Amino acid sequence: MIAAETRAYHLGEFRAFSAAGRRFLYLVPAGAIFELDAAAQTLIDRLACSEASHDQLVAELTAQGFSASDAQELIAELSQSRVIVGGDPAVGAVYDRAVVDSAYSCDDAPADFPLQTLVLNLTNQCNLSCQYCYEFGADKVATPSGKPKFMDFETAKASIDFLLNQSSGRRGVHITFFGGETLMNFPVLKQVVTYAKDRSAGEGRSIDFSLTTNATLLTPAIIEFLSENRIGVTVSMDGPADLHDKLRVFANGRGSYDVIEPRVRALIQNHRTRPITARVTLTSGVTDVIRIFRHLKNDLGFHEVGFAPVTTSPNRLYAINDRGMDQVLEQFHILADEYLEYALRGEMHGFSNVSDTLSELYQGVNKSHPCGAALGLVGVGPSGDIAPCHRFVDSDNHALGHISTGIDREKQKDFLRRGHINSKYDCHTCWARPLCAGGCHHEAYVRYGDTGHPNLHYCDWIRGWTDTCLRIYGAISVQNPEFLRLFAERKALS
Amino acid sequence: MKHLRPLNQKATRIVRQLAPPEEDVIALQNPQQPAPRPHIPMGCSLSFSPGWEVDSAGGTAGLCQPVERDIYDCYVTCFWPAQVPDHLNNSPNWANKCAAATKDWRDLDLVFP
Repeated sequence: MIAAETRAYHLGEFRAFSAAGRRFLYLVPAGAIFELDAAAQTLIDRLACSEASHDQLVAELTAQGFSASDAQELIAELSQSRVIVGGDPAVGAVYDRAVVDSAYSCDDAPADFPLQTLVLNLTNQCNLSCQYCYEFGADKVATPSGKPKFMDFETAKASIDFLLNQSSGRRGVHITFFGGETLMNFPVLKQVVTYAKDRSAGEGRSIDFSLTTNATLLTPAIIEFLSENRIGVTVSMDGPADLHDKLRVFANGRGSYDVIEPRVRALIQNHRTRPITARVTLTSGVTDVIRIFRHLKNDLGFHEVGFAPVTTSPNRLYAINDRGMDQVLEQFHILADEYLEYALRGEMHGFSNVSDTLSELYQGVNKSHPCGAALGLVGVGPSGDIAPCHRFVDSDNHALGHISTGIDREKQKDFLRRGHINSKYDCHTCWARPLCAGGCHHEAYVRYGDTGHPNLHYCDWIRGWTDTCLRIYGAISVQNPEFLRLFAERKALS
Repeated sequence: MKHLRPLNQKATRIVRQLAPPEEDVIALQNPQQPAPRPHIPMGCSLSFSPGWEVDSAGGTAGLCQPVERDIYDCYVTCFWPAQVPDHLNNSPNWANKCAAATKDWRDLDLVFP
């Protein structure tokens, strides 16, 4: 057997990046971020040229002025943290994953994973007819015929009981109200909030709420209720009137901007207990990110604005083509630079896409699955059917059980097995996998007909965006590290 | 950690994990010891690979783990000269579907010349 000292070292799996004149690395198998000092840079630059044995490295480093013990210590430190790895280079990082210790591994999801969030689809009905909607549009997965259109209070109540029973060990749980248009079933929403608060208080636990709405049905009384009960509100809105009205229309084709604009203003003015967020769906022709952001943030006063490209099969007219996506990314970069300026002054900028990524980078997530669907989160449809998340609600193909009988563990296991990063071979050489983990299960189903298929159509885009956020993270960590502390709290609050 | 500054929670965990235990079995420690070198397991048996084996009858059917697992080890990790697909020239992708041999060994296919 060859002695350890003569085995060649080579670089481990990391993404190197620079910001604010410093050098950093994002250690991919762990999701860890480190800043490098000059000595570490020297060693990494050396190994970037070619691999070298331990003795050879020590000799070269001592020739550069390091003492032999310093050189050994440097090699040991970088090797133990797997910034550099020794052994046969053909083995590669993928094999390493099978033997590395727990901080680096991302094994099967635990079988017993208590729920944290329940998404209640209070209704599958909507008063708008947005063409791109994943619940009604051409790519829908829902099969609602013959099922209830509105959730009744009994089902909602059973769902709350289910959430509290299935979340043992968690101090706080979360309910998100969703639709259809959530507020078309406001009476039940109101009852649910009262019931859930009473029940959780009885158990000495906390419960908080959020909802997504198209804002058409907001009234002063509803706004007051939402504010009083600290219900977080996300408004689906696509920008100023000319962009918003392209696809967010009533059944007769009329745009909805004029209806919601005064209601959104009233909401932001009178709901003071939680930040109000806008959620923008980008489609072909609605890619003017900066103008949309300025309008929603500055003209209307949203606290946060988040963007996501529409989920669609590629041949739809409203699908964004590659050039469109490049334009979107370009504008994201401009807003991201702006975000950095704000962060260095200690201010929140409001571009959620950056905050969300920074938050995950701060924790150093290393995801086994792209999101919490079917793990800590499930969706419940008006009929009481359980789905992996709100996007799969009312789909017979994806149902994971019923609220009265609980989660079908076999179906859940199958869903999670297919969505696990270990089954997505295309992802295994990608440095962005700790954050992306292959991307949205629902998007994958719409694109590829399989919830476990990696979303290969936006890989470059995800890597470009993650790289930008890494550099922002690096710059903040040097110039205003206090700002990053905000993210320690953020996860607990969201 | 002297050369790497941890910047997120995961990095901090790694630093904590790698820090030497303090005041652990002081009597047995030798202060003159050189800095610890990376530990690399020697031989196959430490990393889920008991080596090339046959059962008492000279066959592989009765082994406690599949023979494919052994073959995989000869392909990438071990210099034992068994007949395996050659990963340098003819079968560079043979193990592509086998991310973790402990789980995915069924995905190693036969190679026909």
